Amino acid sequence: MIILPAMISILEASPSMINTLGAPIMVIGGLGLLFGVILAIASKVFEVKVDPRVEQISEALPGANCGACGMPGCAGYADAIVHGGEAVNKCAPGGAALAAKIAEIMGTVAGSTEQKIAVIHCTSGGTNNTKWKYAYQGIETCKAAVNIADGPNACSWGCVGYNDCERSCVFGAISIDEHGMRCIDPDKCTACGACVKACPRKLIDLVPINKTVYIKCSSKDKGPIAKQACGSTHPCIACGICAKNCPVNAITIEQNLAVIDYTKCINCGLCATKCPTKAILDLLAGCRKKAEIIAENCIGCALCAKNCPVKAISGELKQLHTIDSNLCIGCEVCVSKCRKQAIKMV
Amino acid sequence: MGYIGEIFVMAMTAIFIQNFVLARFLGLCPYLGVSKKLDSAFGMGMAVIFVMTLASAFAYLIQNYLLKPLGLDYLQTISFILTIAALVQFVEMVIQKNAPALYKSLGVYLPLITTNCAVLGVAILNTKAYRATDPTLAYNFLDSVLNGFFSGVGFTVVLLAMAGIRERLEFAEIPKSMKGMPIGLILAGIMALAFYGFMGFKI
Repeated sequence: MIILPAMISILEASPSMINTLGAPIMVIGGLGLLFGVILAIASKVFEVKVDPRVEQISEALPGANCGACGMPGCAGYADAIVHGGEAVNKCAPGGAALAAKIAEIMGTVAGSTEQKIAVIHCTSGGTNNTKWKYAYQGIETCKAAVNIADGPNACSWGCVGYNDCERSCVFGAISIDEHGMRCIDPDKCTACGACVKACPRKLIDLVPINKTVYIKCSSKDKGPIAKQACGSTHPCIACGICAKNCPVNAITIEQNLAVIDYTKCINCGLCATKCPTKAILDLLAGCRKKAEIIAENCIGCALCAKNCPVKAISGELKQLHTIDSNLCIGCEVCVSKCRKQAIKMV
Repeated sequence: MGYIGEIFVMAMTAIFIQNFVLARFLGLCPYLGVSKKLDSAFGMGMAVIFVMTLASAFAYLIQNYLLKPLGLDYLQTISFILTIAALVQFVEMVIQKNAPALYKSLGVYLPLITTNCAVLGVAILNTKAYRATDPTLAYNFLDSVLNGFFSGVGFTVVLLAMAGIRERLEFAEIPKSMKGMPIGLILAGIMALAFYGFMGFKI
């Protein structure tokens, strides 16, 4: 407030200053005004009519610009739907509800979308469960760290723990706990795939949300090496026990690593109980129901006993079968095999 | 040497001897940023040629009919930026309305180069340039426009060369830590050295 009167008094005192300042202010101000007016008129004259559906879809989209659809941002996707004939169900964050909404705008029917969730296939990478080769002091990103001598951690397949995935998540679904481990919030994760791309070790994968059994290791090293390098003592040593025990043959060993085929997996969790290194995580462990035979329906065909992966069912042919609830792991294989609906889960 | 010869010298100078990217080191950002794919490099190159030519023309008019008569040469930079930015915006609107196909191929790159230093550079250097055949004669309007055009061509030539090499680099066996930008910068250095060889030419 003091400056203004001071300036005015200076200007009054020296009229030459007004002359000096006047011309440049007039020129730049005039140019700015001229261009501004021209552009304002031009924006009206050269206005391009946009398809109103593009705007509607743009508004319906989450606006996170995560790129899960493969387009450069939400506006690009909206444009691609209207003009490029793109499918309406490619927005992972929006899910089925949004697909239906866009389909309504476009007047088409939405295809089904499978809800997925991101899973980190490694149990290492925290402050006290990682073995270090050397003390890394460079830029604190995974991308930079893994480039120096195959990364600072002993396992060249495992998590280095510089949280590139957490930074890449626009939905805040990845958090870091007190041990420096990354936790994925299933409610916030939209399976946009940003973290999958961000992880230089390719540890993250999108898994159907109704599957609860994950291989928590990505090491393709041979068993002994993997065991030595793993800081969390839960490496996959490619022993193949899970693959042998899987009742539906959903697990295969590929390049010294167990891989679950989620189109076959039935969530029985048997692999997790059999794994000698506890490299398989079963979210339902201990929460599964036990099988029980309904006496009046059982005809004693022994089909269930034959198929039980843990031999929990006993009983002779043509006699009532019994299930040892201590042995039963709740895989529900017998339920699907029984032709008389004589088994229920309690 | 007639005017055609003058134009030839100007073209050779702008494209090879005083190349904007590799000899003057202007416009390095798009040079490294948009040189990953040949077709996007081509789109960028066309946009730069277009904007450089127009910017040269308008900057010449502003400089000689507004700033010089008023003795306001020191406002050159700010008024050029203002002019170029407004011009690019205006041209973008016109193209979007009248030539949607051209807008699609240039569209993304046009706003990117609004305040590119190579575009501003050509406008400012034009005001200080003299003819090769007659060092007392400053560039006139046509000279400025042609120089802008050829500078844009020079930019496009090296951008396309860079993109071509980088497309092949995708399949080359490069040490992990050198992949991407590091090898791109080394490549730019080697190309600049190669263009340095043109420096001594006398046309």
